[in-house]
Amino acid sequence: MGLLTFSRGGVHPPENKISAGKKIEFAGFPEQVVIPVSQHLGAPSKVLVNRGDQVKTGQLIARSEGFISTNIHSSVTGKVLKVDKFPDASGYKKMAVQVQVEEDSWEEGIDTSDDLMTSIEGTAEEIRNKILAAGIVGLGGATFPSHVKLMTPKGKKAEYLLINGVECEPYLTADHALMMEKSEQLVVGIRILMKGLGVEKAIIGIENNKPDAIEVMTSATADEPGIQVQGLKVKYPQGGEKQLVQALLKREVPSGGLPIDVGVVVFNVGTAYASYLAVQKNRPLIERVVTVTGKSVSNPSNFLTRIGTPASFLIEKAGGLPDDTAKVINGGPMMGKAVAKIDIPIVKGSSGILLLRENEALRNPVLPCIRCTKCVGVCPMGLEPYLLMTQAEKGMWEALENNKVMDCIECGSCSYTCPSSRPLLDYIRLGKAEVGKIMRSRKAV
Amino acid sequence: MNKLIVSPSPHAHTAESVPKLMYGVMISLLPAFAVSVWFFGIGMLIVTTVSVVSCVLFEYLIQKHILKVQPTHLDGSAVLTGLLLAFCLPANIPFWMVMIGALAAIGIGKMTFGGLGNNIFNPALVGRVFLFISFPVAMTSYPVPGQWMKYTDAVTGATPLGIMKEGLGDQTAGQLMQEVPGYMNLFIGNMGGSAGEIAAVALLIGLLYMLYKKIITWHIPVTILGTVAAFTGILWLVNPEQNADPLFHLLTGGLMLGAIYMATDYVTSPMTKKAMVIYGVLIGVLTVIIRVFGAYPEGVQFAILIMNAFVPLLNKYFKPRRFGKEVQHG
Repeated sequence: MGLLTFSRGGVHPPENKISAGKKIEFAGFPEQVVIPVSQHLGAPSKVLVNRGDQVKTGQLIARSEGFISTNIHSSVTGKVLKVDKFPDASGYKKMAVQVQVEEDSWEEGIDTSDDLMTSIEGTAEEIRNKILAAGIVGLGGATFPSHVKLMTPKGKKAEYLLINGVECEPYLTADHALMMEKSEQLVVGIRILMKGLGVEKAIIGIENNKPDAIEVMTSATADEPGIQVQGLKVKYPQGGEKQLVQALLKREVPSGGLPIDVGVVVFNVGTAYASYLAVQKNRPLIERVVTVTGKSVSNPSNFLTRIGTPASFLIEKAGGLPDDTAKVINGGPMMGKAVAKIDIPIVKGSSGILLLRENEALRNPVLPCIRCTKCVGVCPMGLEPYLLMTQAEKGMWEALENNKVMDCIECGSCSYTCPSSRPLLDYIRLGKAEVGKIMRSRKAV
Repeated sequence: MNKLIVSPSPHAHTAESVPKLMYGVMISLLPAFAVSVWFFGIGMLIVTTVSVVSCVLFEYLIQKHILKVQPTHLDGSAVLTGLLLAFCLPANIPFWMVMIGALAAIGIGKMTFGGLGNNIFNPALVGRVFLFISFPVAMTSYPVPGQWMKYTDAVTGATPLGIMKEGLGDQTAGQLMQEVPGYMNLFIGNMGGSAGEIAAVALLIGLLYMLYKKIITWHIPVTILGTVAAFTGILWLVNPEQNADPLFHLLTGGLMLGAIYMATDYVTSPMTKKAMVIYGVLIGVLTVIIRVFGAYPEGVQFAILIMNAFVPLLNKYFKPRRFGKEVQHG
């Protein structure tokens, strides 16, 4: 099959994959790590350790609380310095465990060898339990607890597993590196997810700016009849799960729904790899690949990083903070969050640290809307950003709900495109927050 | 360490901007401008210059001294309005009338509604219609092409549409077609008419440029021209004695200029593809009705202004299809 893509909207920001081709490098150990107890969607985990406790690498330090929650493990060996609130990427202080780092000593029962284990033991339920135990969450950035996603709700049937190897954000190359270097483990991870979910068919979607990854993954899945690799045209936001489902299977997730409503479950390649480690090696999620990049960065890299490492540590390893840095982003340029301090901890959802220069970082002055319709043309969800912005400005919450503001995936294509540089997404987010509040209070009645 | 900028995503922006779009449209108008100067000479140059300078000046004065806001006269939109206004005026119109037209276009057509982005009616057409109603004689006396050094003293002659309208009571359409310029002349612009509306080929080149640069989409121009061709085609087939053929209608009058440049004005045209198609069809229908059954030989200016008024309604009822509205299975 030729290249596929999603049918509506989308933009083509410059790719800037400066760190593509860089082999994954272990970042090393900082002096201290700060491990937040909420690195996932859902309820924060319950802390099990106290100040002064000695912890080992891979030890459970916070337990899942509630249905949508998961476990947190220590990413290093050392002494717990503090269990307190620390600032994270959001700028707010959140509860975390700070550990003074000592020499790496893994918890018992964890296989730290690199041998490829291809035979999958255990039932689907056992697989799901191992994934919960290991604290696996969606590593594409949403950080939804993966074991929950593997449990198909009553009345729905999973038909396809889609693996998201798209990495449509400019600059980021962590998933690319993982596919290039760990393709065999990835394939086992995909088979594990297929078993846990109970599906026979999986499709790996990879954008065409990574032809080497398409080739590597195609040969790694050559003997797997149920797993297929599909190349995709380069278009942002191809990696958005709704767009991915539409591109690969021509199915549209209904408004307010989830991919399972059309028989699909989507997982990021990083999550598939972490699942391999969890089920085959009993290894909990304590490290991930983080791209550190930017036009002025002297050593743009893909670092294998222990959770809780300060971003500043990685920036030093990448050659230090360039003098012309004006913005530091946790994530990619389209959907990442700008941070106020660079010592924030790397968490499970941190895919990249991007350093932007001033001319890239500043916003243009805002002009009136000239009704050029470009925002309507690029919106992948069929919304009208110019209208949503005006309605949000005027507090027209009911009109916003009727115009489907809650369908917005916050991809930023609208703000990116607007010739008048209008802050479309800012106001849409405001609208979503208010309408969300109203919808929740309606349910409570 | 330097202070960091913290602002919400996205942290990237395309190179597109309002001035770039405006200048893109102006570049696309260059072929039509060149043809008009070729056929109407110094008159065209004077009318265009006066129109552009007046539009920019009036926008500046109104913003600075009446509205007391930061003047934005150099963002390209006033220049574009000035150009388009000049293109739909006769090249022999006195300069002070051009200035009044500019004042009407910018002052009434744009500033009263709140400036850029807020007007309902196409400002250049507001200026033109204002002049049309206020100075009917000057606005219906068109110079004969080829008089390079003549301005207000140019010899005037009838336009093809004028000939058709006047003559249809006494002569048949077929006979009148002998009196108007041949198709090749109509295509390249060797005919009487407003400064910028004469050269179909030059305007079509401009359309291709704008499509290539993604400044506009094909929906509005193609539906307007298609509807006019279809409607006049039907009339001509039904009664060829009393009706000119569709090709004649497409190449004459302000239809090309209107379909490609006036109806596609961002601010006053619809926001979704479905609405654009309906808008285009109705403009085409109204244009033909006025041309064939109405009192005026040309109807495009009124058709567009009438449909401008319907745009908010069209936007309300023709929304894009929302993603996931109907669950589809591949």
